[in-house]
Amino acid sequence: MLSNLRSMWIVLKHSFAKRVTVQYPEEKPKLAPRWRGRIVLTQDPDGLERCVACNLCAVACPVACIALQATEDESGRRYPEFFRINFSRCIFCGYCEEACPTYAIQLTPDFEMSEYKRQNLVYEKEDLMVNGQGKYPGYNFYRVAGLAIANKGKGEAENEAPPVDVRSLLP
Amino acid sequence: MDFDVLRQLVVIAGVLVWLVMTASLNIWIERRLLALWQDRYGPNRVGLFGLGHVVADVIKISFKEDWIPPFADKAVFVLAPAIIMTTAMMSFAVVPFAPGISVIDLDVGILFFLALSSIGVYSVALAGWSSNNKYALLGGLRASAQMLAYEVFMGLSLMGVVGLAGSFSLHDIVAAQDGMWFIVPQFLGFVVFFIAGVAETHRIPFDLPEAESELVAGFHSEYSGMKFGMFFVGEYIGITLISALTVTLFFGGWHGPFLPPVVWFVLKTFFFISVFVLLRASLPRLRYDQLMAFGWKIMLPLSLVNLLVTGALILLRN
Repeated sequence: MLSNLRSMWIVLKHSFAKRVTVQYPEEKPKLAPRWRGRIVLTQDPDGLERCVACNLCAVACPVACIALQATEDESGRRYPEFFRINFSRCIFCGYCEEACPTYAIQLTPDFEMSEYKRQNLVYEKEDLMVNGQGKYPGYNFYRVAGLAIANKGKGEAENEAPPVDVRSLLP
Repeated sequence: MDFDVLRQLVVIAGVLVWLVMTASLNIWIERRLLALWQDRYGPNRVGLFGLGHVVADVIKISFKEDWIPPFADKAVFVLAPAIIMTTAMMSFAVVPFAPGISVIDLDVGILFFLALSSIGVYSVALAGWSSNNKYALLGGLRASAQMLAYEVFMGLSLMGVVGLAGSFSLHDIVAAQDGMWFIVPQFLGFVVFFIAGVAETHRIPFDLPEAESELVAGFHSEYSGMKFGMFFVGEYIGITLISALTVTLFFGGWHGPFLPPVVWFVLKTFFFISVFVLLRASLPRLRYDQLMAFGWKIMLPLSLVNLLVTGALILLRN
């Protein structure tokens, strides 16, 4: 009986406690930098797209919401012809970001992407591309990879030795 | 039509409107207070302070499908929610809001209230039975056993007040509290009456008839739409009734300084409605055997002792 009265008193004291509710539309919640929200495709420091269309994100995606088609430009640089994420299916698990070998696909602290039509949640490449490097500034896959592309020949990558003419070593 | 009849009609209409307003306002009060005590805000979007939620709720529940299960006993199924509404509202006929402002000043006011609350048991028992559903039947059984048990000492706890006031009429009882509220000489009676009142309205911690974790929704599992709404409103009118009677019987009714009598009565009533919500916010549900043991082994002896001592003191004083 007394313990009941005591618990009533304790509850009553909560009249003067601070309320924990965040009044959402007026007051935005504070999101951590690693928040897994809207997915973006980032660019390397040269302003070119980082994605090399390796399909690892699409394979890692547990709900198969990523679709892309690889293609190459005339210099041999791979990029996605189209890149499509169906956000009505995406579960924001972040596996695509973990799978990405070039830091191209990244999740951002933004969750306000409601739509009245389900079809509007299918984001195309131009919706996903952002004009920036995201969480990993300075990283450029083609600058460290030994692949020759436009404006970078064999042996010009960082820490890469000049190519050796294997035939010249023949006796 | 002479003045007295007109005045009486105005009082009846006023009491009825106040009652329905309070019952629907209770929903808002309960949700806001529960939120306050759980460090939340509660409904605060529609209208001023979220008061529009009440209107929205009423509109919504009115448009819900009113479905009667094919296996139910239709006539009784329809009758049951009407009983609880009727009895709860009719009990307010004897509640005096201010000097001269009550629907009727019965000589047997308290007995009238107790009789109506006994009839109210039929509502839950019949609802549970006619639903033809195991959970509903269990809820109905629990409700009838609980309400019958707690009615016994609810009546007994009031006899001390009746003895002190020398009348069953609620008007006379309030008038007798001019000097001192009956909470002082009848503290035990108040405690017993209030606990019994919580059990009568089957509110937490005595909400076993509708214990959602065990019985879906107890006796009103099969009810939908406005029939469910009637059980809901009936419960809230019951809360208002018990609060109003607690005020009338133990807390001096309309007595109070400065403010008009009606205001005092309404203020005190809303205070006790808040106590109901506080109980809900803080206490867990009892087990059924604990409920019965508490009623018969603690509350009944307490109310008998209270009655005995009060009676002896009244005899000594005379």
